[in-house]
Amino acid sequence: MAEMAHSHAAVHVHAAPTGFIRKYIFSLDHKVIGIQYYLLSLVAVFIGMVLSLLMRWHLVWPSAKIPLLGSLFPEGAAGGVMTPELYLSLMTMHGTIMVFFVLTTAPQSGFGNYVLPIQIGAADMAFPTLNMLSFWVTFVGFLVLLAAFFVTGGAPLSGWTGYPPLSALPEAGPGQGTGQTLWIVSLAIFSAASLLGALNFITTILDLRARGMSLLRMPLTCWTWFVTAILGLLAFGVLLAAGALLLMDRVAGTSFFVPGGLVVSDKIIDHSGGSPLLWQHLFWFFGHPEVYIAILPGMGVVSQVLSTFSRKPIFGYKAMVFAVISIGVLGFGVWGHHMFVSGMSPYSAIAFSVLTMAIGVPSAIKTFNWLGTLLGGKIRFTSPMLFAIGFVSLFVTGGLSGIFLGQPAIDLFFQDTYFVVAHFHMIMGVASIFGIFAGTYYWFPKMFGRMMSEPLGKLHFWFTFIGVYSVFGPMHYLGLTAHPRRYSELTGVKYLAQSEPLHLFMTVAAVITVAAQLLFFFNLFWSMRKGPQAPMNPWEATTLEWTVPSPPPHDNFAGAYPVVYRGAYEYSVPGAAKDYLMQSEPDGKG
Amino acid sequence: MPLLLAIVIWGVALGLAIPFFTRTWWLPQAISGHARTVDEQFMLTLYGTGLVFVLAQGALGYLVWKYGRRRTEAAVYSHGNNTMEALWTAATGILFIGLAIAGERVWARVYYLGTPEGAIPIELTGQQFAWNVRYPGPDGKFGALDIRQINDSGGNPVGIDSKDPAGKDDITVPTMAVPVHRPVVLILRTKDVTHSFFVPELRLKQDTVPGLEIRIHFTADRTGTFEIACAELCGLGHYKMRSFLEVLEPPEYEKWLRERARQ
Repeated sequence: MAEMAHSHAAVHVHAAPTGFIRKYIFSLDHKVIGIQYYLLSLVAVFIGMVLSLLMRWHLVWPSAKIPLLGSLFPEGAAGGVMTPELYLSLMTMHGTIMVFFVLTTAPQSGFGNYVLPIQIGAADMAFPTLNMLSFWVTFVGFLVLLAAFFVTGGAPLSGWTGYPPLSALPEAGPGQGTGQTLWIVSLAIFSAASLLGALNFITTILDLRARGMSLLRMPLTCWTWFVTAILGLLAFGVLLAAGALLLMDRVAGTSFFVPGGLVVSDKIIDHSGGSPLLWQHLFWFFGHPEVYIAILPGMGVVSQVLSTFSRKPIFGYKAMVFAVISIGVLGFGVWGHHMFVSGMSPYSAIAFSVLTMAIGVPSAIKTFNWLGTLLGGKIRFTSPMLFAIGFVSLFVTGGLSGIFLGQPAIDLFFQDTYFVVAHFHMIMGVASIFGIFAGTYYWFPKMFGRMMSEPLGKLHFWFTFIGVYSVFGPMHYLGLTAHPRRYSELTGVKYLAQSEPLHLFMTVAAVITVAAQLLFFFNLFWSMRKGPQAPMNPWEATTLEWTVPSPPPHDNFAGAYPVVYRGAYEYSVPGAAKDYLMQSEPDGKG
Repeated sequence: MPLLLAIVIWGVALGLAIPFFTRTWWLPQAISGHARTVDEQFMLTLYGTGLVFVLAQGALGYLVWKYGRRRTEAAVYSHGNNTMEALWTAATGILFIGLAIAGERVWARVYYLGTPEGAIPIELTGQQFAWNVRYPGPDGKFGALDIRQINDSGGNPVGIDSKDPAGKDDITVPTMAVPVHRPVVLILRTKDVTHSFFVPELRLKQDTVPGLEIRIHFTADRTGTFEIACAELCGLGHYKMRSFLEVLEPPEYEKWLRERARQ
């Protein structure tokens, strides 16, 4: 087993910062930066949830006067009544904020930044200054996106997927002016920050592992952060390029995505030679790896948590590593499954379909291995464990609906219906979020030196688990009835009338589920100040972050870098004094 | 806790599964041979995934209950089981790839075989926010198009070139009619942004892409009136961009065409 005898003196170790600004605002400390990213994603998820509630309300009561809406959006909601175009803008921003500033931020940049260096036995990330820069650039990107709400015309309405010509032509709808431009600029900024972050993660994992921490002794969390960073490095450049081309089509007179001969609202459009399909290929070449970026770190957390609280090694560690790598590699070959009916060559559909179905195999391996970890275990039902178990249930549900969508003949019916909305919400909007919750409850004691309230955590779990099935389960049935997605109202197409009871049920469930998240927000912020003191290793877990104080000192190990003697999942080893063996404990001791 | 968690896991799984049995909200009727083969593939997939769903959620609940109950024995120290890994990987692979191969045949029948002989050509042009259906008329030829002659309010939404004699007998209407049991080839176009033609009962969907003319064919074998819903976000009126497909007996279809030719 290769030992990483990397000299710690070669790492840029900086002295502990003094002063509020250097400690908490422009900090180089990966722990502070991780918390900054996490707090950014908390603000983002709050906004994203409010947007989703507004959408759900409008679908059931389209003529309702919603308080504050008229003052926030005077153009889109005169008198407080949401127009169809405002619905589409809120939907676009909901998707964009959630995918980028929540699911691509909290699991990787939030937890990854905080935990990765400690879990591999390093003092910090490889490039601390780049790390700080990455956060603040991401923050600027968030502000630019939010600004789209407040410019003339408002936020764009072309969905988080931004297909041209709708997104390329300001004439094509309200919000398609400055709002769409700001959306593109925001994503370009986010892409740049993500590329910087990816470089940091990859270098850190390759170069800064402590002595004895071979790649195959790394916790699975580190493997998922590693593969996710590689996906990000290869995919975000494509999004950046696509965004640049779209921006040029809008402001520089090019026609990458707009063909000639178009007439919008009786006006002949002065473009020619472009292809709308080119955008879709570029976007989804990024977009598909992006959704694996959103889920892989959560899978890492679940592996970690299930093992810790079953007091058992993870079932099939090497198979799990193989599965993570396979998902990453295969994830680059399936983008066309978003485009079966797009007008691309129907012959390519076969290739994309077979690869898509193939990617179900490593996902199944992971699921079986999680079940295998529980088998024969001695389960402790803490809040992180509940959310990890919930993740497995949600991942099974969300993954299986993908088996329908990955077959083009069936996708002919389900594409652009609520069946797709059900699928990606189950996988991203819920399973991935459960990964974030599990990670929060698990690492909060380490991050803040205090314990969260267990009763509140459990209550949060029950409401949320049942709630998300209630909100997104019925969307599968809407899909069966061919209910199209991205419809602002249900009044245009007659066959949607049968869905009205389901929409009402989902809206009520959504209100309750979102309200229950207040339990989490309260628990989080109250416990930061008033939670009971956390010991060094409250969960009796084996990985390196549990060998340092809660919270850790500035350079994590106070100069005493660990040496690693075993893998990350040595629980219930026969003959050991305790039912867990720390990675850095020399052989023989408990 | 273990029993409660198991019951809740099984409960939500059961709750999700029940409407698949009661079919309270279900696929609309299938009105063509193609639609019925899609449904067969769908049911095959439903049985396969349904079985995996029940087994996986069932196992999760069971394991959580069995190994969550208080007991004295330590957890089993095991790093896994390579035989099991190989077995369930192979089983999943066979199921998923098997479904993929079975499904490709349905897809191939729609897209790889050419348009049937004698298919009636109908052009469908989407725009924000309406569908324009054009028939070639008795001469069987579509007139050339000129976007400068587009006149929505003047009855020429697709811009038939007045200088082209072949266009004189073209019929442009907002809804579509086809005769039952006759193959139809749709020529899908758009004036502005990407839309998508979708008739659930035909199990057919195809995006209308700016700059492209895309052909799909179908043969409806049941009469009736079916809604055409736009299935690609196209702007603020996307939700009300709909039309109708009427499948008629041949005499009614001829009458339908004649009435509109007169206008």
